[in-house]
Amino acid sequence: MEQDWLWGLAGGGLIGLAGAIYLLGNGRIMGASGIIGGIVDGTAGSQMRERLLFLVGLFGVPAIVVYLAGGSQTNATTNLAVLVAAGLLVGLGTRIANGCTSGHGVCGISRLSLRGIVATVFYIGAGGITMVLFRHVLGVI
Amino acid sequence: MRDLLAALSGAIFGIGLWLSGMTDTTKVQGWLDIFGDWDPTLAFVMGGAIVPMAIAWQLTRGRAPLVGGSFPAPPEARLGRNLVIGSVLFGMGWGLAGLCPGPAVASLSWGGLPGIVFMLAMIAGMWAAPRLRQRLDGQPVSI
Repeated sequence: MEQDWLWGLAGGGLIGLAGAIYLLGNGRIMGASGIIGGIVDGTAGSQMRERLLFLVGLFGVPAIVVYLAGGSQTNATTNLAVLVAAGLLVGLGTRIANGCTSGHGVCGISRLSLRGIVATVFYIGAGGITMVLFRHVLGVI
Repeated sequence: MRDLLAALSGAIFGIGLWLSGMTDTTKVQGWLDIFGDWDPTLAFVMGGAIVPMAIAWQLTRGRAPLVGGSFPAPPEARLGRNLVIGSVLFGMGWGLAGLCPGPAVASLSWGGLPGIVFMLAMIAGMWAAPRLRQRLDGQPVSI
């Protein structure tokens, strides 16, 4: 659609607003991989409850809104091997790098964090090379 | 209050991800695929998110969080190989499926079996990460 960029800008604004609320309200960086990862590996400690509630909001409210709006599609691949490999890489990589698109990308770049900028350059670069290799060379995705 | 703000933030994050098209893997892969039919949407999403977030960082100066406590410390200056190795692994997975952690949770209710398989594998990766990371540099995972 031609107005996709406008939806992108509006949705992006909401993502930034959410990050601003989490920062100014709770004093936390809104990083999805850190929030989930800390629950998974038990390092969340006293933040367990607020992180779980963040995830309840993140899962539950889009679920309701999208259901009422008539549904949506992720158009994800149905190749189970690709999905498993991708999930493992995303889980491992974000926790080893200590951040993902929201933490390093949105929250890091917006405060000119060198780590955030470097991480973003590397994950976008690796993503681009992966597309070339697996879509255009191997034709898997 | 803390709990309410966390849920509110998660909810707005999720709606933003959906509205912006970032729960649609073809838009994410379309942005990464510069040799295909390139889709610039993700750049607008990033730009749109960074502006309010940069204002929020400015507002932290001389203040404390609404619920008390303190704001995050300034970012570490040290880059370290974990940052690079981890980001490369993440980027590969992100490219393969077009999903990253936030959109994976937000779209779980309508993403069907692919969304559930990706989520379980991601959780397994997150569970295994501290062990691998300790081998990489002998330091435990923080946050």
